[in-house]
Amino acid sequence: MNLRTNCDVTQAIQLLHNCLSRQISREALNWLEEKTNYISQGAAQRLFYTAFSAVPRYLGKQQLTLSTQDLRAAAAIRPGWNPQHWSVDQAGRTLIVLSLPHTDVEKYLWILEQVFTTADVRELVALYQSLPLLPHPEKHCARAAEGVRSNMTSVFNAVALRNPYPADYFDDLAWNQMILKAVFVGSPLYLIHDSDRRANPELAKMLVDYARERWAAKRSVTPELWRFVGYSEGELQALAKVLQTNDIVQQEAAALACAHSPLPQAQKLLACYPHLQAAIGRGDLTWSRFSRDRLGADV
Amino acid sequence: MMFIDPHIHMISRTTYDYMVMREYGVVAVIEPSFWLGQPRTSAGSFKDYFSSLVGWERFRASQFGIQHYCTIGLNPKEANNEALAAQVMELLPLYACKEGVVAIGEIGYDDMTPAEDKYFCQQLELAQELDMLVLIHTPHRNKKTGASRSMDRCIEYGLAPSRVIIDHNNEETVEEVLARGFWAAFTIYPHTKMGNARMVEIVRQYGCDRIIVDSSADWGVSDPLAVPKTAQLMLERGIPEAQVRAVCYENALAAYSQSNQFSESDWLTSTIDQRELYYGNSVLRGQTPVVETSRDQILIE
Ligand SMILES: [Zn+2]
Repeated sequence: MNLRTNCDVTQAIQLLHNCLSRQISREALNWLEEKTNYISQGAAQRLFYTAFSAVPRYLGKQQLTLSTQDLRAAAAIRPGWNPQHWSVDQAGRTLIVLSLPHTDVEKYLWILEQVFTTADVRELVALYQSLPLLPHPEKHCARAAEGVRSNMTSVFNAVALRNPYPADYFDDLAWNQMILKAVFVGSPLYLIHDSDRRANPELAKMLVDYARERWAAKRSVTPELWRFVGYSEGELQALAKVLQTNDIVQQEAAALACAHSPLPQAQKLLACYPHLQAAIGRGDLTWSRFSRDRLGADV
Repeated sequence: MMFIDPHIHMISRTTYDYMVMREYGVVAVIEPSFWLGQPRTSAGSFKDYFSSLVGWERFRASQFGIQHYCTIGLNPKEANNEALAAQVMELLPLYACKEGVVAIGEIGYDDMTPAEDKYFCQQLELAQELDMLVLIHTPHRNKKTGASRSMDRCIEYGLAPSRVIIDHNNEETVEEVLARGFWAAFTIYPHTKMGNARMVEIVRQYGCDRIIVDSSADWGVSDPLAVPKTAQLMLERGIPEAQVRAVCYENALAAYSQSNQFSESDWLTSTIDQRELYYGNSVLRGQTPVVETSRDQILIE
């Protein structure tokens, strides 16, 4: 199945530590270092639990400031890892979780389970964001899928957005549910890591069914969902319908879907809209430009 | 005037209470973890209860312009089920340091059994280890002895009296609590604890230093407006306004802000947005959501 990535925990710890040490007080850093040292040396679980909760009391909650080098380093340590929007407490909590000894897998997972099932919202966000960095990544699949089922948008987004874990570890069923839910709750799909790689016919079918349902109720759909569509005749009919609207944003998205479709009829359909076809041909219209210009993506 | 009710069990109160409390100027409440009227039969009930204190209840209060804090602890009554108590002790470290948790509490004695003593001491140890404040529940029966022994234990375990709030005081206990340097809280609760006319006399006699008024309102016949009503009675009976403000607001603020989890700016800068959801749930049942961007509109000064 998908490419599996094991993260170098030591490097991740080093990077987060460096970033925090530039931003928090010496006193706060001392506190954090002391706790992570004890935890990594196998301190009692209660020290881990209380330290994990107490992080904002000592570090505060401001945004983490990262340089472009930091971000590049992050992506090198763990492909797809992007802590750009993390806060100081999230980074601190991740450090504490990464300090937890993990050679006894069963015990390790049990301790994590205690934290997950008692966490408050901010703690959950920190935990789900740190999933791609944790040892034994394949063991956290059910937990991540649980996060996707959350009714808290911030928790759902912590799993789904700017997080390489789902693309690397979810099976198609869990992956497709996540994309569909992102559409439902209005989360920007362009922030879902590696979504093009995980596109699949089953997902396309679900998305078009969803679009038809919305149209029947005289409602609109996000143009982003066309990005995953274009595998069948029926889907092309939907795209043809979108191309006929006078909504340029929807039209551009449908045109891009045609351009990326493996079906020859899709190219024929696109040829009926020469200005869009030409823009795509020139490279003026791409999914990333579309996300930036039409959806306000800051990437 | 703004009020703090630093001891109220909102989990057993209605949303309507929040609305009325805010009308009367209550800006912040502290909900000490306590029992549920009937004993819990498994640690899972404690886990869900603690989670609701730091989660749903905090959200529900915020939707009506009230800041909600809590204290986490194994209450004295339920310490007597030792098998369960041991499991709850394992849970406490998972909750004690969460956001908005201002103390370990309410802990102390009910029957003063050896089991109660054991878990009381273990929790004092935990508070000491985590550098947390402590809220003490003094027993209804044999109160004077219970209060004294609670304070002895706190000292024994190295807690500074200035970091311990002794609650449910009465005319019999107040003197010792104040003399030993602890905070003395009073529960205005019909018939069983302290009446507000008696409270007026206590303030008249002892002044306003380290004295705190709360309601302890719960599922019993109790009054979530006990703090503002007591303030009103004090003013009517000639207690100076500064003293009323001290016992109904400032002292609770001073005591609990030592936790670094309790700050006036929390409620002075808060806003209400009833469009927000918690786990997909709203507090509204078809009402139009209220959205207020500034506290100015809701403060009754
Ligand atoms: Zn109580």
